[in-house]
Amino acid sequence: MPIALGRSTFAMNRPPSILSSAAVGGKKEGEGPMAQWFDEIQNDTTFGEKTWEKAESRFQQRACELALKKAKMAPEQVKLLLAGDLLNQCISSSYGVKELLIPFFGLYGACSTMTEALALAGLLGDNRVIDPILAVTSSHFCSAERQFRYPLEYGGQRPPTAQWTATASGAALVGKSSKPPYLKAVTIGTIQDLGVHDINNMGAAMAPAAAATLLTFFQDTGTQPHQYDGIFTGDLGQVGTKLFYQLLAQQQVNVTSIHQDCGCLIFDQKTQDVHAGGSGCGCAASMGCGYLMRQLEMGKLHQVLFLATGALMSTVSCQQGCSIPCISHLVYLSTDPAPVFQGG
Amino acid sequence: MQYFYVFLVGGALCAIGQILIDYTKLTPARILTSYVVAGVILGGLGIYQYLIDFAGAGAAVPLTGFGNLMAQGVRDAVDQYGLIGALMGGFTAGSAGLAAAILFGLLAALIFKPKDKS
Amino acid sequence: MKLTPQQYDAMIQKTVPATQSGRTIPAAFLVGGLICMLGQGLTDLYKLFLDQQQASTLASVTLVFLSALTTGLGLYPKLAKFAGAGTLVPITGFSNAVTSPALEFKSEGFVLGLGAKLFTLSGPVIVYGIVTSILYGVLYYFTGLGG
Repeated sequence: MPIALGRSTFAMNRPPSILSSAAVGGKKEGEGPMAQWFDEIQNDTTFGEKTWEKAESRFQQRACELALKKAKMAPEQVKLLLAGDLLNQCISSSYGVKELLIPFFGLYGACSTMTEALALAGLLGDNRVIDPILAVTSSHFCSAERQFRYPLEYGGQRPPTAQWTATASGAALVGKSSKPPYLKAVTIGTIQDLGVHDINNMGAAMAPAAAATLLTFFQDTGTQPHQYDGIFTGDLGQVGTKLFYQLLAQQQVNVTSIHQDCGCLIFDQKTQDVHAGGSGCGCAASMGCGYLMRQLEMGKLHQVLFLATGALMSTVSCQQGCSIPCISHLVYLSTDPAPVFQGG
Repeated sequence: MQYFYVFLVGGALCAIGQILIDYTKLTPARILTSYVVAGVILGGLGIYQYLIDFAGAGAAVPLTGFGNLMAQGVRDAVDQYGLIGALMGGFTAGSAGLAAAILFGLLAALIFKPKDKS
Repeated sequence: MKLTPQQYDAMIQKTVPATQSGRTIPAAFLVGGLICMLGQGLTDLYKLFLDQQQASTLASVTLVFLSALTTGLGLYPKLAKFAGAGTLVPITGFSNAVTSPALEFKSEGFVLGLGAKLFTLSGPVIVYGIVTSILYGVLYYFTGLGG
């Protein structure tokens, strides 16, 4: 059973491991600075399908297949699949994983889905009964544009705060093993809404959620930023990252030397014309299940906090003038099974 | 010289649109709607015709010109049919542009496939 | 200390990069002006065979056609990324707003996708344009305003 630390942080009693993880990216992601950390790059972002929605499903399916292959496991051996995405009713997940026939829970956490799935996998995996658990999510630039913004052929200018939805998917298999990285603790986020209405400035909307969850984790565990060597946020982008630092500074917390944002990592800010950076479930998922997990596996990072952020609005709530509610869930990944905090 | 005025007036009308994009939260659809409505009003007041006389396509091609055309159409229809003309003129005057947009939009949709952006 | 939405908004305003109006406004002026000049050129060309009104109408139809074609080829959105309102405000922008959803929503079928979504973006233009013209027509009937 996980041990409660404060109200919303839970330390694993028997931390499960990340058995394997895989990331699949699209063409633009393959042209970016993180290309080498993807297991597979799909230059044809239609994946040979007729619709963008089906193409996104294939990305998710492919990420699952690659993660399973790395762990040398068949789908029948997996006890639970946790998946979600940005599209209405999470159709990318449902259609993407249906052929795997793994018991399935669908999740919606917008771009926070990767850490939502990992957090649930950790909490459920601690009991060693539901083991292993596969966590997967995806996003596709074209399907997201269609649903949330404008048709692809519509001529429009993006403001400098806009972010570019990544065409990517990431999957991680969580289960018992003696091999690192271990999933040692999770902090479940609360919904934060500081009244941002601008759908073209998601980073600003999400920064308070990331800051709140990170501060809660430090408070609940009694730890300090210097005890970690990496803090990865999901897709705050350039603008959101600056605001995240300012919000933390107000509480006298400084993470700038160890923090990286997946939205800033995935694309080249100068040459790829993505304005404030990348976004989408697939952004944090592919950076988390690709770059970040490889760093842990290679021993370049040891104590990492991974918190993806999600904006929970819909096209309806936006048109009705509601502000954007946001959430962030944190998972603590470590190469060391021993707890770093007292009582954990 | 005529072409210089066309460029000047057409460019200025677009620059106003860009200022609205950059400095207000107006969405493109709202800007287009405002332009047509403004065109109808300016056309109705008889002001827009001066701009057309001065700059030709520079005033006719922007969507305000489309609004002006509707106002003109309504005026002609009311002259000809009386009050009922108020319901007829707008569509009559805009019909060629509208029908062309529908036809070519449909054809383009049938022929082409949506493409990914980069 | 709890941050209020107003305080946070002030923080955001200080953090967001400024719009590059020094580049966007001249770009809009240039491209918009050129599209209008193309319209004038077409009108003058058609005037060799037609009267002024027919020539002007045919020029608009030609621009609408060119916009639909370049939208289908994916070129119009590329120009629009540079030109902003320069490609939005001319009648070509209206055509792009009709063609792009038609093309995009073809995947949901010809009736409920292409047919129903065709006016998703441009519908408001027609609705409010027509309503304003009707109001003007009534006003003109009773007052002769602008006649």
